[in-house]
Amino acid sequence: MFYTYIFLPLISAILVPFLYKYFNRFVHTGWFVLLVPLSIFIYLVQYIPSVAAGDTYKYTLSWIPSLNVNIVSFVDGLSLLFGLLISGVGSLVIVYSIFYMSKAREALHNFYIYLLMFMGAMLGVVFSDNLLVLYGFWELTSVSSFLLISYWYERKSSRQGALKALLITVLGGFGMLAGFIMMIMMADTYSIREMIANLDVIQSHGLFIPAMLCILLGAFTKSAQFPFGIWLPDAMEAPTPVSSYLHSATMVKAGIYVVARMTPIFGGSSVWFWLVAGIGIITLLYGSLTALRQTDLKAMLAYSTISQLGLIMCLLGVGSLAVYFGPGESSTIFTVAAFAALFHLFNHSTFKGSLFMVVGILDHETGRRDIRYLGGLMQVMPITFTIALIGGLSMAGLPPFNGFLSKEMFFAAVNDVSKAGIFGLGSIGILFPIIAWVASIFTFVYCMIFIFKTFGGQYRPEKLTRKVHEAPWGMLISPAILAVLVILIFFFPNVLGKYILTPALSAILPTMTPSPYDLKISPWHGLNIELIMTIGVIVIGLLLFKSSKRWIQAMRNYPQGLTLNHWYNKGLSGTERLSASLTNGYMTGSLRHYLIYTFAFFVIVLVSSLLLLYGFQFDFSNDAAISIFDIGLVLGMVIAAGTVLFAGNRIVAIVALGALGYMVAMFFVIFRAPDLALTQMVVETVSTLLFLLCFYHLPKLKKGIERIPFKLTNLIISIAMGLTVTLLALSANGHKLFEPITSFFENSYKLAGAKNIVNAILVDFRGFDTMLEISVLAVAGLGVYILVHQRSKGREQHENE
Amino acid sequence: METLMVILVGILISIGTYLILSKQLLRIVLGASIVGHSVNLLIITSGGLKRGSAPLLGEKAAGFADAIPQALILTAIVINFAVTAVVLVLSYRAYKSFGTDDMEQLRGNENE
Repeated sequence: MFYTYIFLPLISAILVPFLYKYFNRFVHTGWFVLLVPLSIFIYLVQYIPSVAAGDTYKYTLSWIPSLNVNIVSFVDGLSLLFGLLISGVGSLVIVYSIFYMSKAREALHNFYIYLLMFMGAMLGVVFSDNLLVLYGFWELTSVSSFLLISYWYERKSSRQGALKALLITVLGGFGMLAGFIMMIMMADTYSIREMIANLDVIQSHGLFIPAMLCILLGAFTKSAQFPFGIWLPDAMEAPTPVSSYLHSATMVKAGIYVVARMTPIFGGSSVWFWLVAGIGIITLLYGSLTALRQTDLKAMLAYSTISQLGLIMCLLGVGSLAVYFGPGESSTIFTVAAFAALFHLFNHSTFKGSLFMVVGILDHETGRRDIRYLGGLMQVMPITFTIALIGGLSMAGLPPFNGFLSKEMFFAAVNDVSKAGIFGLGSIGILFPIIAWVASIFTFVYCMIFIFKTFGGQYRPEKLTRKVHEAPWGMLISPAILAVLVILIFFFPNVLGKYILTPALSAILPTMTPSPYDLKISPWHGLNIELIMTIGVIVIGLLLFKSSKRWIQAMRNYPQGLTLNHWYNKGLSGTERLSASLTNGYMTGSLRHYLIYTFAFFVIVLVSSLLLLYGFQFDFSNDAAISIFDIGLVLGMVIAAGTVLFAGNRIVAIVALGALGYMVAMFFVIFRAPDLALTQMVVETVSTLLFLLCFYHLPKLKKGIERIPFKLTNLIISIAMGLTVTLLALSANGHKLFEPITSFFENSYKLAGAKNIVNAILVDFRGFDTMLEISVLAVAGLGVYILVHQRSKGREQHENE
Repeated sequence: METLMVILVGILISIGTYLILSKQLLRIVLGASIVGHSVNLLIITSGGLKRGSAPLLGEKAAGFADAIPQALILTAIVINFAVTAVVLVLSYRAYKSFGTDDMEQLRGNENE
């Protein structure tokens, strides 16, 4: 039952092309697709009461039992929170997309397949307990994000944005895979829950820090943390429903999910704290500062998403300190910080989702999303304006909107951390509240720019390409629902807190037992330092906004050469050049060079592994006796081969080769192999004939066309090859590790009714091999025929010309 | 005897490799053929030499020579023949089409 719902997006993705083909003329495909997230959402809602009561559910689906890879799913507060976000925001986004994506013009089936693929992958990530399964779904989210960003693939910027997102997130994904494998090695289990139960083994292991760094690389690239966040603004080339869904509400939060999920394991270590909280707060500052100079509304929202993700990450880092202090009074403030992270995560999904949809509406109705052309839309689009106002003020952290509550909690957390006095926080901990406060001022200013440069000021219809009017109701309904949530959460935060956030918190910090009183969210705490900080933000923010004309141009003139994007582009083209020159360096097109690589590799690997593994062991005791005749034959063969080598005449070389073959046949006679001797005789005769037939058409053997260094290289390589083979064969003779299995085949009369053992092996025991061998011969015969035949046809054409 | 055979195989492999590395197509084909022979000898040597009689049950001998290498070699001889035939005709075609049998001149164009 559970798996039916979790795999529903992936299964129904198969149906989408048919729905599109047969019904799209009558009904927008989106209406069918909408049923998927909606039913998942309703299904998951049923879990809320029991999960809130502390229950968890575990489901197992066997996938690759031989590798011990099972799709184990685990429903606890954290995965349920994400599952509800994915399906809930997913439903709203699909409703929105029905009106955003034109039924007539767009390739809707592609769009919805990718979207469902993403939804399924994301649900897989949050519900997987098996680390490798989680990783698989994780990469699937990267791939579906790539496909969605490049949805309008005829645009160059879409393709470049998609490539950038894929390169960065998959790079991080590989890092995470390495980290996961280290964790699996340390804990000897695939299950996250079993790892959490075995904390001591992991925390005392030498790979603890490397595994942590690798996993954080994956989480930071996915959640667009500094300096990996540069892919997110370029990902805005995707259709707006995608930006709103993947790049603000869900996918970019996958990194946060992993960090939260790993907090019980890594939390409490100073490296974890400094990386998560430190990078988080740097990202917060970087994102809000860069958002200020954007003129494209979507780019502004992208940087604002980066900064808000940094805020959540920072809160999680602060929350991990609770693990350090352990259960008790001193850890309560940090537990509340982790709680605030979850709260802000939820709030961010609501207000940022609605803001993205507002930008989509503006883009759709005006044809522009550059604030330099927009203005005065308040009069023509009053409903859109109201939604933007609610979302924007919530993001700025003003009451009565939910952003105010979580921002206050954030200020409280950074104030607490500055006083924590561990991990060297005593000296530089004061930076946390300062950076948070400065970044909040920037956030406030860009929120004001977002709202009032778009909707306030002078209405200039001449700058817009379309006749502007209010958006259709269908596009307004989703952002409106989110905006209503923004207000509702402000007035009733503890409903959300009690039923959804508290169970999720207990998944992040399982050992903590915060009292409901600690986790009570209230808008009014009296005139404390947090409120004073907020008032400061508003006052300075308003001053900066009023004077923005003076400094905004200076910010936009920030030199391109110093941006992270510039370095990314340089690095990308640099790697391309490097790889091209490397590849061209050794892929010369010369058969000889390739053979030299092959031979050299053969020699080096075999000799070195023999040396390293002490494989040299010679044992001559079992050698058979040598007769005079044998020595004569060996000498004859060496002479024949030498003749082939030094012959200046084609016929001599070919005849010498034939002689060599016949001597091989004689050896087969001596070595008691009559069948081989017969076959060798026949084959040798035929191939000598073939050589003689062909040589007539081939040019004469040339002497002295090769220079001395060329010959010397060949000589060294060929002698090395000969020596390697000799040493290897001698060592192999010295190691008889296994009993020969020949005695089984010596029973051939009983098993196969054959007296000739070799024949029985060929046609009975290994009959399939022989059949395939015959087909090889047939293919070779066909090849020879075609090569000869085509030549004559080509010649005829040539003659006719 | 085994040691002697292994040394012979080494010499043959060296000569074959040297021929394969040369520029002329015909020499490459000859070299590949020599390497094929020497590998067959190596396989039969690995099973032990001159022990027992031929693996024919009618002989009523006390022991038989190892039959598995023989079966392997029988396959190898035939496949070797097929490969030699194809390569030979291929080099003949290449010579007819491009007018040269020098590998250096037959290598791909820079701009391909």
